[in-house]
This record gives sequence, structure tokens and C-alpha cells, in this order.
Amino acid sequence: MPIEVLMPALSPTMTEGTLAKWNVKEGDTIASGDVIAEIETDKATMEVEAVDEGTVGKIVIAEGTENVAVNAVIAYILEEGEDASALDNVSASPAAAAPAAEEAPAAPAAESAPAASMASAAPVAASGAIERSDAEPRAMSVMNATQDEKTYTKFKTQTVREALRDAMAEEMRGDENVFVMGEEVAQYQGAYKVTQGLLDEFGDKRVVDTPITEIGFTGMATGAAFMGLKPIVEFMTFNFAMQAIDHIINSAAKTLYMSGGQLGCPIVFRGPNGAAARVGAQHSQCYASWYAHCPGLKVIAPWSAADAKGLLKAAIRDPNPIVFLENEIMYGQSFEVPDDEDFVLPIGQAKIEREGTDVTIVAFSIMVGKALKAAEKLAEQGISAEVINLRTIRPLDVNTIIRSVMKTNRLVTCEEGWHFAGIGAEIASVVMEHAFDYLDAPVARVTGEDVPMPYAANLEVLALPQEQHIVDAAKAVCYR
Amino acid sequence: MATTKRKRATTRADNQASSDDLLKYYREMLLIRRFEEKAGQLYGMGLIGGFCHLYIGQEAVVVGMQSAITGDDGVITSYRDHGHMLACGMDAGGVMAELTGREGGYSRGKGGSMHMFSKEKNFYGGHGIVGGQVPLGTGIAFNYKYRGENRVCLTYLGDGAVNQGQVYEAFNMAALWQLPVIYCIENNQYAMGTSTQRHSSSPDLYQRGVAYGIPGEQVDGMDVLAVKEAGERAVAHCREGKGPYILELKTYRYRGHSMSDPAKYRTKDELDKMRKEHDPIDMVKKLLIDGNIIDEAGLKDIDKEVKAEVAKAAEFAQNSPEPDVSELFTDILIDA
Repeated sequence: MPIEVLMPALSPTMTEGTLAKWNVKEGDTIASGDVIAEIETDKATMEVEAVDEGTVGKIVIAEGTENVAVNAVIAYILEEGEDASALDNVSASPAAAAPAAEEAPAAPAAESAPAASMASAAPVAASGAIERSDAEPRAMSVMNATQDEKTYTKFKTQTVREALRDAMAEEMRGDENVFVMGEEVAQYQGAYKVTQGLLDEFGDKRVVDTPITEIGFTGMATGAAFMGLKPIVEFMTFNFAMQAIDHIINSAAKTLYMSGGQLGCPIVFRGPNGAAARVGAQHSQCYASWYAHCPGLKVIAPWSAADAKGLLKAAIRDPNPIVFLENEIMYGQSFEVPDDEDFVLPIGQAKIEREGTDVTIVAFSIMVGKALKAAEKLAEQGISAEVINLRTIRPLDVNTIIRSVMKTNRLVTCEEGWHFAGIGAEIASVVMEHAFDYLDAPVARVTGEDVPMPYAANLEVLALPQEQHIVDAAKAVCYR
Repeated sequence: MATTKRKRATTRADNQASSDDLLKYYREMLLIRRFEEKAGQLYGMGLIGGFCHLYIGQEAVVVGMQSAITGDDGVITSYRDHGHMLACGMDAGGVMAELTGREGGYSRGKGGSMHMFSKEKNFYGGHGIVGGQVPLGTGIAFNYKYRGENRVCLTYLGDGAVNQGQVYEAFNMAALWQLPVIYCIENNQYAMGTSTQRHSSSPDLYQRGVAYGIPGEQVDGMDVLAVKEAGERAVAHCREGKGPYILELKTYRYRGHSMSDPAKYRTKDELDKMRKEHDPIDMVKKLLIDGNIIDEAGLKDIDKEVKAEVAKAAEFAQNSPEPDVSELFTDILIDA
């Protein structure tokens, strides 16, 4: 059978083009790679190379022909041993009819399955943990397995900083593949002293001081994680991780998917996030919504020392890439932490820090403390606020939020980050989707002001969400 | 102390390539070329979508480098990656089926031409961001050193990637920590449409590691034997624990940057000259014939075998079903 030479597409969107020129004539001998013709579209000219070798048996479409449909037969090549008589049958074939009036046949990939799946997938993707039709949140069997602090009897008082250090040290003792890498993590003992003592115990093979080279060491650690090592990458602050965000998203978060499940990435990216104090615009920003936007990542934001310890241990053990957002101002604050090496908190579960009946206040990281103080003030004014500490931003514990809103019928979200496309916006959407009929007031969002962080002390206070904003928002949704 | 070398005068006698080796290189390079031609054809038929960057012309680079390492060593590259995968021993059908976005592809159709992996063959992608694979490959080498394994990671990058900042961040750490990584700069002379002369302040890319004390050499990347020999020097350097090595492999891509690139930034004469005078496959073919290792009929048999393998791969890639719709939601996270 003679070999068909088809009109090629220059791009997936091309449906037809002009056969500008034939570089060969009937009877010519050609080899793979020979340029046999030139085709043109409105955008480009391209050479057509022979894929097969043989003799040009018949040129079906003459040069200069316009509107030749992609995949139309433009010529026949005779294989070794064939002669022109082999063309007798094919040249009469309708496939040879040149310019197709109708649209060229679409690639199989463009039709059916993906489009259909998109339609069916949408509700699943949008529904999160709960189907919209569920009046009651799904029974949370996982909740029974929760190792909350309450189930422990022995506690010790620790700062968040110490809790983070202990979490790393304990996991490093238990797993040779865990190592810490970052700027000043070893000899300097951590820019914020979070890694204090780790170099002495584990040596410089496992506590690695890096040059100031965020995209470089983030990519390197990600490559090491592809190979099964479990790096903990410390960013001196998450502001500097913007240099490295390509590797966090494009390499760490997406490779499992792109490799069809072959290459996992067990890595923790941690460091202080959000505003510190008086460090200005480039050092004061909350990245929660940036990372939480991306599938393939888990995003954790602890508040207390117990959160920090239990969640960091869970993050190090987790086989997925995790963004672990700490807060510099919290590092020195003390909390009660279960005194037990097996204390680990589940990722993806929020904690009700204070129960209440009138309004739900959802917060994470440093804002949890402000929310609790606001709840005290509200109590003095006769408003019973329930405070939820999210602990994990992605996956979001939708159940706990919805259950609370079904009880209180009012919701205030709190975050340091900007309001536009922030975590509060996401929570408001989720509540609208799952508990619309339970809301007695529009959701209120307490966020940072929509400005870069100013340096001046008075302006900085104004830019950040304060306890009083939460009180005011809670009263507003309670119509008080 | 860093040493940088110009291309060494490589004579055939130096190379000591056995007849079997030459036949193997011929076959492997031919497989890549025929595979890519077929990929180009399937793209033209609308069976392959998106971006498709062909490797035609550069075959001697990966075949030469692969012959300098063992199957335990790692390989990582950017998006002009089909040749690397075939050189690593990945199945042509699995690669082609990934190009067509089918279930039988290496990433079950979810990665595509630019994002393909084989843990089994120590091939770690297939990365779509120019330069991104350089720190990643350095991290693979970090892993080998951390575990005390005497393995090396071939980290390929193009002449376009050498201007990315992260490449130098990786060079610095690799030299600082003496990591077993070979940076193989495939200088095909065009970063998409911008020639090296127009994008690089110094045309000698093998010197890009000088500031970090990384030895580098320039190699004729159209000559598989020269590539192999340089590759062996680089691998020996790494295995002795001396840290990274840079090879600048001067090569040429015959096709455009991607399928939709008509390559107007270079002359037809330039391309024809490379094809006629420096074709890597023709070079080995001549050695085989002149050395009486095989005759034309024997070569024809190899051509037929390769053609059949590619035809089989293309058939598999067209007949393998599209991934099940449930695959949309798999492999996003591993169950903890």
C-alpha cells in the first residue's frame, strides 16, 4: 500500500492551510527528513519533512492550493518494491478530495471524555467535604481518632519556638531521612532561634546552613524529596519564599500529578509568615491564601505551642509537600503542651478554642489570640462567641465551620492578610454554599487593610486587624 | 582548582569504541530520530497537542552521555526530553502514548510531552520551566551524597537556561558541597529564536562555572564518541568525590523550537550545512561502513527494526484509551 502524506497542522488550533510549494516531483526518491513541501497559514510558514522513505508516487494537491484541510492526503509515497500501479486503487479514494469545506476532523483528545468529565467533576470539586444537599454535616468519624491535647494528662509549659524545635528534633531522632536546611539554621542556631541546639545533636549533615539562595535551595530540597529524603526547609521569613515559589508550586506541588503518581514530595516548607513588627512592606505579608489556592499542597498555620508541636510533627511525617506558616510574634509566647513524644495533631482538623452560641469567629495563627480576647469582651456585653482555630488552611475543615454556623447562625472571619481573595472570602463562599439557609446575617470579614504594610508605628497599627475590629464585626452580625 | 578546556582534539583511535558500541549508538540515535519524526507527524495529524519540542539533530548528546553512566545514575532535563527518555531505556510506546495523552503513557496521560518521569529508569523529568530542573537535579545529587551512594546525576540544560539565576545558585551549592552532578549544557545555539550571540555575554558556556571552581569543557555534541569520552571524564571526576562538572555540548536542532516555530531566525544554508556535514547519525554510519563493521544491507536491517519499533509505539499511542475520567482527581496528594 502506498504511504499517505497528510496535510499537517502547525498548531493544535490550525484546521486548514495553503500548500505553498512542492520541493519534490512525482518520481523523486526521498528519505526520512527530506523537506518535501512548504505549507502556510496566516501565522507561519513551515516545511513538511518526509517521515518515510520511498518514491513520490503521486502529488494529490497541487502547489498553491489554499484551504487544504488538516489531515487531507496531499501525496502518496511508493515504498521500495512498489510501482505506480499500486496507486490505481488509492487515487480514486474520496480521502484524496482536497479542500475540505467543513472543519477538519478534531483531534480525538478534544472531544468527549475530558469535556464530559469536567461537567461531572465540577460539583465534586466545588462541594468540598460536604454535599450541598446534606442538611447535617457528615458524621466525623475522624474526630474520634483525634489526639487532642485534652486526652493527655501530663503537660509542660513551652514557647512556640521550643515546641517547633522539639517537634523537629523528635522527628529527626526517629527518621534518618529527615533533615533541616535553610539560612542560619545551623551555626547561628536559627535567625529566630527556632533550630537552636539541632546542630549539636544532629551534626552538619542533617542541619544544613545554606547560602542566601532561596530558589536554589528550595529546588534542591525538592529534588532531594523526589528521591525520598524528607527535608524541612526553613525560610527566614515567608517573604523570601517568593523567590522560591516556582519550586514550591511548579515542582513540589505538581510533580506527583504530572508523574502519574510516581514521584512524591515529602517536604515541609516552614518559617514565619505575616506581619512582624515595624519591618515594613516587604517583610510583612500573609501568604496563607497564596499557597492555599494550589492543589497538591497542604497549608498549616498553627497558633499555640501545642498546635506548633503536634502539627509540625504531623507535617514532617506526611508524604506530601506542606507549607507551614508560623508567626514571629508568637515564637516567644508560652502555652501548655502535652509532655509526650507521641503527641501529634491531625492535619485538616480545626479546633474549637472556645464554645459559644451567638456568633462563630474563625481565625488562624496570631489572629486566634485576638479572637479569644475579643470573645471575652463580647461575653462582657452579653454575646456568646464560639472561636474556631483553623490550624490547617488546606484542606479546610469545612465540617467544623459549618456545624458551628448552623448553631450560631452568624460568622466573622479573621486574618492578617488582605481581604481580596483571602481566606475569609473562601470561608464565606463555603458557608454560603453549605449553610446559606442558616445564616441570619451576611458573613463579616476582618482582614488587614488593603495597603502595603506601612513602617510608621501608628499606621502599622491601623493597617493590621485588631481585637476591637473583631468585637465590632461580631456585634454587627448580631445586629447589636 | 577549576580547569576549563576547549574542545579536545579527539581522534578516532583514542576512542576505542568497539564495533558493538558503534552499532548500539547508531541504533539508539536512529531510534530517537525516527521517534521524533513520527511524533512530528502525529502532531501534524492533531494526535499530539500543546507544545512538542523535537530533539532531531541532538541525538549524539544523550546517547553519548548515557553510555558514560550506569542505569543506577539519575537523569533530569527540561522539556526537550523525548530523546533523554529513550536513551534512558524508557519504552517508546509509553513515551509516545504520553505525547498523545493516553492511559498507556508514562504519566497516564497527565504529564504530556514536557512532564514525563520514570522512577524505574531513574529519569526524573521532563520539567517545563526553563532552568527549574537545575536545582532539582542538584538535589538528586545531594540525596546521593546524603545516603553515601556513589551515583551521579546528569542534569541537562539548554543554552537558554544558562542565563537563569537559579542555575548559578545550584552551581554554587553543588561546588560548595561537592555534589556528584554533571551539568550537561546542550548548546544548540538558539534559545527558542534568540541565538547564543544575542543572549549570552560570553559564547563559551563551559566557562559558566569558573566563578565556582567547577571544571568545564566544550565538546563536539554532534560526535557521539567525543561526547562519551568527555562524559566518562566528568563521571570519573564525580565518582571520585570531586564535585560537579560542566560539559558544554555544542549541538544543533534541525527542527524549530517547538512544532509551531518556522525557525526564520536562521538560514537554510546553516541548517543544510549541519545536516550534510555534521549529522551525528551519518558520522557513525560512516565509521561503521568504513570500518567494515557492517554493510549497507545490515544497516538497512537496523533501519527496518527501528522503524518497526516506532510504528509499534505510534500504534500503541493511538490505540491506548484516553485516561479514565476518574484520573482527573488522582495523584494530587498521597494518602497520609
